[in-house]
Amino acid sequence: MRHLLSTADLTRDDALLILDTAAELARISDRPMKKLPTLRGRTVVNLFFEDSTRTRISFEAAAKRLSADVINFSAKGSSVSKGESLKDTALTLQAMGADAVVIRHGASGAPHRLANAGWIESTVINAGDGTHEHPTQALLDAFTLRRHLRDGEGDLTGVRVTIVGDVLHSRVARSNVLLLHTLGADVTLCAPPTLLPVGVDTWPCTVSYDLDAAIADADAVMMLRVQLERMNAAYFPSAAEYSRRYGLDAQRMATLAPHTIVMHPGPMNRGMEIAADVADSERSVIVEQVSNGVSVRMAVMYLLLGGAESGIGGIA
Amino acid sequence: MSIVIRNVRPYGEDAVDLVVKHGVIIDIVPAGTGTANAEYRFDGEVVLPGLVDLHTHLREPGREDAETIRSGTQAAALGGFTCVHAMANTEPVADTAGDVELVWRKGAEAGYCDVRPVGAVTAGLRGERLAELGAMADSAAQVRVFSDDGKCVSDALLMRRALEYVKAFDGVVAQHSQEPRLTDGAQMNEGAMSARLGLAGWPAVAEEAIIARDVLLAEHVGSRLHVCHLSTAGSVEIIRWAKARGIDVTAEATPHHLALTEDLVATYDPVFKVNPPLRTEADVEALRAALADGTIDIVATDHAPHPREAKDCEWAAAAMGMLGLETALSVVIETMVDTGRLTWREVAERMSTAPARIGRVADQGRPIAVGEPANLCIVDPRTDWVVDPARLASRSRNTPFAARTMRGRVVATFLRGQATVLNGVLQ
Amino acid sequence: MSDASEMRAVLEAADVARALSRIAHEIDERTKGADDIVLLGVPTRGVALARRIGARLAEIQGHPIPVGSLDITMYRDDLRLKKARALLHTEIPTGGIDGRLVVLVDDVLFSGRTVRAALDALGDIGRPRMVQLAVLVDRGHRELPIRADYVGKNLPTSLRETVRVQLAEHDAEDAVLVGAVTA
Ligand SMILES: [Zn+2]
Repeated sequence: MRHLLSTADLTRDDALLILDTAAELARISDRPMKKLPTLRGRTVVNLFFEDSTRTRISFEAAAKRLSADVINFSAKGSSVSKGESLKDTALTLQAMGADAVVIRHGASGAPHRLANAGWIESTVINAGDGTHEHPTQALLDAFTLRRHLRDGEGDLTGVRVTIVGDVLHSRVARSNVLLLHTLGADVTLCAPPTLLPVGVDTWPCTVSYDLDAAIADADAVMMLRVQLERMNAAYFPSAAEYSRRYGLDAQRMATLAPHTIVMHPGPMNRGMEIAADVADSERSVIVEQVSNGVSVRMAVMYLLLGGAESGIGGIA
Repeated sequence: MSIVIRNVRPYGEDAVDLVVKHGVIIDIVPAGTGTANAEYRFDGEVVLPGLVDLHTHLREPGREDAETIRSGTQAAALGGFTCVHAMANTEPVADTAGDVELVWRKGAEAGYCDVRPVGAVTAGLRGERLAELGAMADSAAQVRVFSDDGKCVSDALLMRRALEYVKAFDGVVAQHSQEPRLTDGAQMNEGAMSARLGLAGWPAVAEEAIIARDVLLAEHVGSRLHVCHLSTAGSVEIIRWAKARGIDVTAEATPHHLALTEDLVATYDPVFKVNPPLRTEADVEALRAALADGTIDIVATDHAPHPREAKDCEWAAAAMGMLGLETALSVVIETMVDTGRLTWREVAERMSTAPARIGRVADQGRPIAVGEPANLCIVDPRTDWVVDPARLASRSRNTPFAARTMRGRVVATFLRGQATVLNGVLQ
Repeated sequence: MSDASEMRAVLEAADVARALSRIAHEIDERTKGADDIVLLGVPTRGVALARRIGARLAEIQGHPIPVGSLDITMYRDDLRLKKARALLHTEIPTGGIDGRLVVLVDDVLFSGRTVRAALDALGDIGRPRMVQLAVLVDRGHRELPIRADYVGKNLPTSLRETVRVQLAEHDAEDAVLVGAVTA
């Protein structure tokens, strides 16, 4: 596997290799000398067609800790926002000798295009595409879940994860459902029916419209960002009603089991899908998710770029 | 000067010689016995009436970088067509007598096949007020098919008026059935695949709701209605119901909807992006069954050329549409003839006779018989060929069948006795 | 790699035990009873060896010896030549390595490239006052100016031979095997 485009492409062994590698790399992040020589002389391009400072910084830190040369290419706002530009940009990156392109794009499938259209030879890492997938976010979520609920080892067999919110437009939800299922977790999606895709019944998870029931025996509750604009497209009547029915507030948090953790991929709408009290509570692992993101992204880059060929896939 | 088209099998039946003079079939005799001033020898290939396409985008005027009337009609001839209906969504839109006459005249000048312009239903395809339908009907182009194709006449009142108005000159409204609000930003068929790929869904109901409304409107005002590119099993059911009820409705299916499913979208290659979108296996099967039993009257290509940059990009940014003229008959052979679902006579009906009848084209879609125009398509159904986009006559390359092996090759096309294609090569 | 059944044993379990015990004594003698020794094994078998030497040394010196592991995967000079490999465990004992005497422990000393990588890895973790090297087997054929301070057994070999160290922690029993390289 040369690229990381979708968590659907990861076997259980692939995913565990990434998590185990990330666990080793996380230890390096704790020491004074954080840099490794592994990707010295390799060029990683962060190609961001959408603003996402937190994701870009995370990938940048990961690449730099592996001693890669990092080029940030922000296409947002420049003339390159029309379709044909992806190809032109790709040809530029190819000419620059990019070994890997980390791409964030508003169009679902843009990383697949970049990887498969024959424009470039680089390794492509999907850093979030449209409403499709965000594989490294799912990997860092799995890493965080494993750390808190399985002592940082093995898979997630039997872990119950409830993902709440705008599943329809969420690349985080798609990647997580696939990956967490691969790792043995039981995933429940909870949202108003308008924010669940038609066809969700084919996903390897259960679906609920009732938040209180869906979180009753969850080991982890992952809250998704809900954009207020959705209100105008009639997905739900008002912010207040959404938050009442699908928001995680202190009262609901009190019903969770003692060990249950609360996650959020960020950025949060405090007061909308998650109350400030919850986001800042003991149960919240939201800040830790960010630091785990660097380790997981280092692991992905090391395994895809560190050797003569990718270390992901084809494990006997 | 007379010619003999030697050793061909009309509708796949007994081999004959066709003797043609002044563009008309003057004699049909057993193979090897016909005499004339000149002859074209064949090897027992199937001869059909020249194919008629009710749904072609020739892009001229306005997007000559994608296709011209000349290149599009060349592609048509290579596909066995002797008549195409040029859709109105050009730049400018074909919504006046002058516009349609220009297209008609350029088609005649190119000479590869007859070009029948389709007139816009609403001025500028804006869906606000009717275009001058009567003026287009009365023009030299004699427009009988009106369509805002690419857009749906979604306003129910406007649709009703259009259906009523065209009765005065025996016209027909060809509807692109797409409820606009339900398909805002839509990228592909809505279902399990769109859920997985994270692409905005184009639900079947957005097509079916409009078809249901339109057949009821057509019944109410007693008009003819033609439904473009049916793509769902539900649409088939509504047409079947409407026909059983005696409503004067006809329907078309495209070759790509007969052959391809939404699974191809998983490649995110926009060459598979089309409107209406590719649907499921069950939908494909329903279309084939409906084409076989006559619920769907015709195959129409919806040939939609796009320049390379419109497809060489990410899915959401890409244009919708596929080439169709040069591969249509092969798709029908593979999906309908080889599977035993259509006889050659039925292929002739679905791809020539019926579309000519719907479009009120008098001298096309005629039987292979003495006294009829020699508009002919000669096809070798046993020869396979591989689609090389670079070698298509179309100016564009957006065929969904690139590198695919196709069944049956058009070896010759005759337009009123003139060979436009011989040995698979443009004349 | 050869099948173990086709290899001959050059050291039996008792030989391995004697060699490790001798190394522990030599470390004690050569470091003059230093009390700041840290043993770091190179995974996989170097770690088991370090633990055993550490246990023996603790007996000799009468206090616990910190033992850890040092993965060198990301420092290998052949990293780019092979498929990306899974990382092995690095475990630096509490107290770290700064200012201490670090003894690297590996099973076989061959080209010296592993040791070079280990020295680089060590440099990113801290600054020991001295670094020494202990190996169970030195089979020769060095490609870098590196030598071991403590050697269990010098084993002259041909490049057409392969040397395998088996330890009870990972394998059926302790042994050092030599066999022919098979294509
Ligand atoms: Zn259309």
